[in-house]
Amino acid sequence: MAKKTIRNIPQERTPIATQDATGRIGNFDEVALGYSDDDALLEAERCLMCPQEPCVAGCPVGIDIPGFIQSIIDKDLRASYDILADSTLLPAICGRVCPQEDQCEGVCVVGNHLEPVAIGRLERFIGDMAVAEGWTSSPVIEPNGYKVAIVGAGPAGIACAADMAKAGCEVTIFEALHRPGGVLTYGIPEFRLPNPIIDAEFQKVLELGVKVECNTLVGRLFTVEQMRDEMGFDVVFIGTGAGYPSFMGIPGESLNGVLSANEFLTRCNLMQAGEFPQTDTPLGLGRKVAVIGAGNTAMDAMRVSLRLGAEEVHCLYRRTKAESPARVEELHHAKEEGVIFQWLTAPVEILGDDNNDVRAVRCMRMELGEPDASGRRRPVPIANSEFEFECDTVIYAIGTNANPIIGQTSKLKLNKWGYIEADKEQSTSLAGVFAGGDIVTGSATVILAMGAGRRAAQSMKIYLGINDLEDMTVSDPERQRIFGIDIRQKRFSRVRLPAQVHSA
Amino acid sequence: MYKILAREDFSDTTFMLEVLHPMLAKAAKPGQFVIVMVNADGERIPLTIADFSAERGSVTLVIQAVGKTTREMQQLCKVGSVLYALVGPMGIPSHIGEVKKVACVGGGLGVAPVFPQARAFKQRGAFVIGIIGFRSKELIFWEDKFKSVCDELIICTDDGSAGIKGLVTDGIAQAMQAHPDIEEVLAIGPPVMMKFCAEATRPQGIKTMVSLNPIMVDGTGMCGGCRVSVGGEMKFCCVDGPDFDGHQVDFDELMRRLGRFKEEERRSLERWTSNSNCRLLQEEPSVSTHA
Repeated sequence: MAKKTIRNIPQERTPIATQDATGRIGNFDEVALGYSDDDALLEAERCLMCPQEPCVAGCPVGIDIPGFIQSIIDKDLRASYDILADSTLLPAICGRVCPQEDQCEGVCVVGNHLEPVAIGRLERFIGDMAVAEGWTSSPVIEPNGYKVAIVGAGPAGIACAADMAKAGCEVTIFEALHRPGGVLTYGIPEFRLPNPIIDAEFQKVLELGVKVECNTLVGRLFTVEQMRDEMGFDVVFIGTGAGYPSFMGIPGESLNGVLSANEFLTRCNLMQAGEFPQTDTPLGLGRKVAVIGAGNTAMDAMRVSLRLGAEEVHCLYRRTKAESPARVEELHHAKEEGVIFQWLTAPVEILGDDNNDVRAVRCMRMELGEPDASGRRRPVPIANSEFEFECDTVIYAIGTNANPIIGQTSKLKLNKWGYIEADKEQSTSLAGVFAGGDIVTGSATVILAMGAGRRAAQSMKIYLGINDLEDMTVSDPERQRIFGIDIRQKRFSRVRLPAQVHSA
Repeated sequence: MYKILAREDFSDTTFMLEVLHPMLAKAAKPGQFVIVMVNADGERIPLTIADFSAERGSVTLVIQAVGKTTREMQQLCKVGSVLYALVGPMGIPSHIGEVKKVACVGGGLGVAPVFPQARAFKQRGAFVIGIIGFRSKELIFWEDKFKSVCDELIICTDDGSAGIKGLVTDGIAQAMQAHPDIEEVLAIGPPVMMKFCAEATRPQGIKTMVSLNPIMVDGTGMCGGCRVSVGGEMKFCCVDGPDFDGHQVDFDELMRRLGRFKEEERRSLERWTSNSNCRLLQEEPSVSTHA
């Protein structure tokens, strides 16, 4: 076969079928329907198999992207899944929710001239195939006797747990809510990430022998220090996330009808408030909804509102579309579904009626001035531009802060915003305690949290002095990479270092 | 799954459940709360811990059957049955300071959760005045428990059928008169009661802590539904509280926010009541044939 060049590959990115916009706002089914076998093959052919592999470096969890794409071309989808599973147990989830345009696809060589290879869609294709076919990639694991505790069953914790379990550790994840998944479960709506997909991929984590204890509020039921010093855990990983919603501090935020996107989405996703009164958790969504903020969470809240029957959904954002932190695809879908965007609009007060319910938001029009610290142009109020925008529900989606519980209950060093201080290796100020994800970095993405979880796992293994390659057998001895770790890294000792544990 | 070890009904609406959870029993401190789910479709409801015993490995909850979920619990939660979820202890424990004399005030549903505080103050060597209010004599519970930890116990009833006739605020007035050296008052009960307790002590400037009970979902700081105004600042009751300085709390706002789902709550209860009536009607014949 002739060498692939930018000229002879399919020039257009293979489109993904989507549910039509008018139909889909009547249901919670998935919007993007996924690739067929032919679509996937066609798109896989667009990968040049360039030697630089910038995509691998662009992936927070270091997936062998050309490898899994090559297996699609070879029509060996099972092998493709095994390659993905080396680095991520959640390809069907990540293929859907990763901001690929900023990561693997953002650095794809094809993207210099054409649209980049649709790596995310291909990842999802293989992930869905694995769910449908029931593929697992569970290695035979030789237990090493170490006990690992993970705090929080969200993306960071899951990724860390998987790596530690593969290394032979006995892993327990502690989750405060009654269902695992963290933001995947309470935050991201069904039509973007169906619950059966989360359940199926989480099942693969359980198949590695990971135990999950729900309804367990670490910090209050027992502390991080107790886990390490009294409960027999050799290492602890904290991935509790940043889910502590921000408000603006403007008048009227205590009115009924004002809520955080976290609350709104948790009621809908985790508690199924959309089915009230069949389920018991109420939602209280009005007819005309204003969502403040224009990030991905705002898009989720608006699109859920439309599906639950809101007549009008407006996005109030003090900057413009260009500065919006949402993914292009999300903005596009929201617009298609009928969200009305009011750019350069900043709320200054929420107004209530006699019943203490929201009746309007007083807003100001803005214009863009000089760039601020974030490099985005700063919105500046336009004098005398105030107006009242009538609505009955106001949803805040302007970001979150650090969850305070671990900080309140342990001696872990925090930074001035309350996030846990961790170094590049994800180690914290307490020996044997590691942290990663939003609780360290502040609000970011699912995949960045997973990347941090994997990095932490690597450090935890070094800290414990374990070799996760020796004494283990894999289902396929031919493979060059074992559990995502390059075989050349094979150099470890299997020694506990008690002195180091206690003196550090 | 969390097994119910004991149940006691204090009245038509108020009942006590003792639930097995040794770890929680060991960790719980006065002033903390738990979140309970009856079943997988249920809502998460916050309940202040009314008692805990590390020896028995149990926590005790006192519940008033007022809405759909609490009525359902009244019907379903029997000894030996299980709760779908029980998580906690949540919130910052009450600060049990070194005070010489303290009044622990409980009204209605707040009678039970003020007990652990009274006991803790007693254990720290304080002179504890218990002030507990009920509608009438028949509804009184835990009198002996309170007597065992209080140096003085004032029972208030609306109709005067036991103790003094009047509200807990009358009890507070009586206590303040007899004991000008009360250093701290702790009040738990319906928001309106706590509001007036705080007003009763404001002129004398006696430190008055209250335990708030706003609407919440997760109880871990994630949803912000439980936000309350304290001293003009927004606080999340679940992680910043539930205890706050009663002189600083905006109780009117709290009461307005508690009415947020009034309409939904009514609908849910109506639906449940009519469904359970239907179930009862359907079940009756089958019971009689098997009898």
